[in-house]
Amino acid sequence: MKKLVILGAGTAGTMMANHLSRELDLVLWEIDVIDHRQEHYYQPGYLFLPFDIYEPEDIVKPIKDFIPKGVNLINDKAEKIDAAEKKILMHNGDVIHYDVLIVATGCNIAPEEVSGMKGPEWHKSVFDFYTFEGALALRNKLREWEGGKLVVHITEMPIKCPVAPLEFAFLSDSYFKHKDMREKVEITYVTPLSGAFTKPKATEALSHLLTEKNITQVNDFGIKTVDNANKKIIDYEGREVPFDLLVTVPTNKGDALMERSGLGDDLNYIPTHKATLQSVKHPDIFVLGDATNIPASKAGSVTHFEAEILTENILRHIQGEPLKEEFDGHANCFVETGNGKALLIDFNYTHEPVEGTFPFPGVGPLRLLKETRMNHMGKLAFKWIYWNMLLKGTHIPFVSTAMQTEGKHF
Amino acid sequence: MEKMIAGKNIQVNEEGYLTDFSQWDKSVAHEIAHHEGIGELTPHHWKIIDYLQDQHKQEIPLSIRKIGKSGVVDIEQFYSLFPQGPLKKATKIAGIPKPASCI
Repeated sequence: MKKLVILGAGTAGTMMANHLSRELDLVLWEIDVIDHRQEHYYQPGYLFLPFDIYEPEDIVKPIKDFIPKGVNLINDKAEKIDAAEKKILMHNGDVIHYDVLIVATGCNIAPEEVSGMKGPEWHKSVFDFYTFEGALALRNKLREWEGGKLVVHITEMPIKCPVAPLEFAFLSDSYFKHKDMREKVEITYVTPLSGAFTKPKATEALSHLLTEKNITQVNDFGIKTVDNANKKIIDYEGREVPFDLLVTVPTNKGDALMERSGLGDDLNYIPTHKATLQSVKHPDIFVLGDATNIPASKAGSVTHFEAEILTENILRHIQGEPLKEEFDGHANCFVETGNGKALLIDFNYTHEPVEGTFPFPGVGPLRLLKETRMNHMGKLAFKWIYWNMLLKGTHIPFVSTAMQTEGKHF
Repeated sequence: MEKMIAGKNIQVNEEGYLTDFSQWDKSVAHEIAHHEGIGELTPHHWKIIDYLQDQHKQEIPLSIRKIGKSGVVDIEQFYSLFPQGPLKKATKIAGIPKPASCI
């Protein structure tokens, strides 16, 4: 019997387990999923938790509820991947051999990369919202905060969900308005980029929204240190931004397992072929989701599209057929803009987000790059889709794996 | 689009990055550096430009973090040599594409 091992039971690993348990002949193939955690977190919910829009129970469920029958869930930590010998050394001393390995270990924040970030003010006046603990601590802080200087900050790219910090800034504006204390809060958005977003047309639309919501932008800010005593962030050119409450997105890094196994780059991301999702160095290793170094957004929607293509490529690989070079970098993201509205962006490696209609060209019902209530309903509905369709690898109707160009105004 | 740089017609994209590296030479670099407010290019600037071009040739993705660890320049010097977005400016002067690390 042959063995396919999936490392990581987050969004990517769970989707692959579901796809492959249907596609592989389970008489010939054993599928193992390895994850040391017990809980699956709905990560888009981390944006809503601080603002009391979601409760913790909306976003946490047991991992095992989403692993299909016929797949073994191994609840232990992988210590090292030995790619030459095609085996994984486990924390409990077990050795797991594989014929095909899928790495879906994601990425995490690394606040220790910036001096002072994880200092005495960490989770007191310096918060992240990219972890469950961080988002929850921030919720408790915001509930009692009386106002002052709120700084929303990105340390360096790439980060998971590059629009999330913008959404955080927009939702803050809306949150403090509803609490009738907006005039007591000064919001500043600090980014290492030269504008609100990475692509020109979306940057224009999003910058306009920041201005409209009275949020000050500080661009090209390469943070050097967080000064805990004087509560300010300082960049390499000596620029200072003072804060009373700093909400930062620290450096994001792939799993330290890649460093231990010699498989990652300087940020622990695995060099991966951007169209086939095969490891550049090891033909029996495939990578998807936030763990890759491909130039696509690190986001659940990207992973969803990757999973559909990777499933086909795994089957081809097993049969010795050439891989399909089909992944186009497709991302589809709702951007919460506050006050019950959102905008939607749809883009890939070569096409930047533009205005238009989605998913039906010329019809909608969703509008691209425009703030609407319908888009916000879409974002809220996505939680149900995630738990009930996406993780199970069910195709989402009308949303194609490759990006469509019809209905878009390029 | 075409732009007159150092007396030559040079192919650039809408952000001013060269689209054909074969059109690059030191006089092009000098003029872009002036336009970007960098001023005179010193030997240290050139060392960095050479390094960036070499990395690009080898198709190694560029990031400020990586350059800081390269031994060619540390992050603080990199910012002082190419103020306000060092990687963006240095790559434009070097005639190579804007790094795709910004997704």
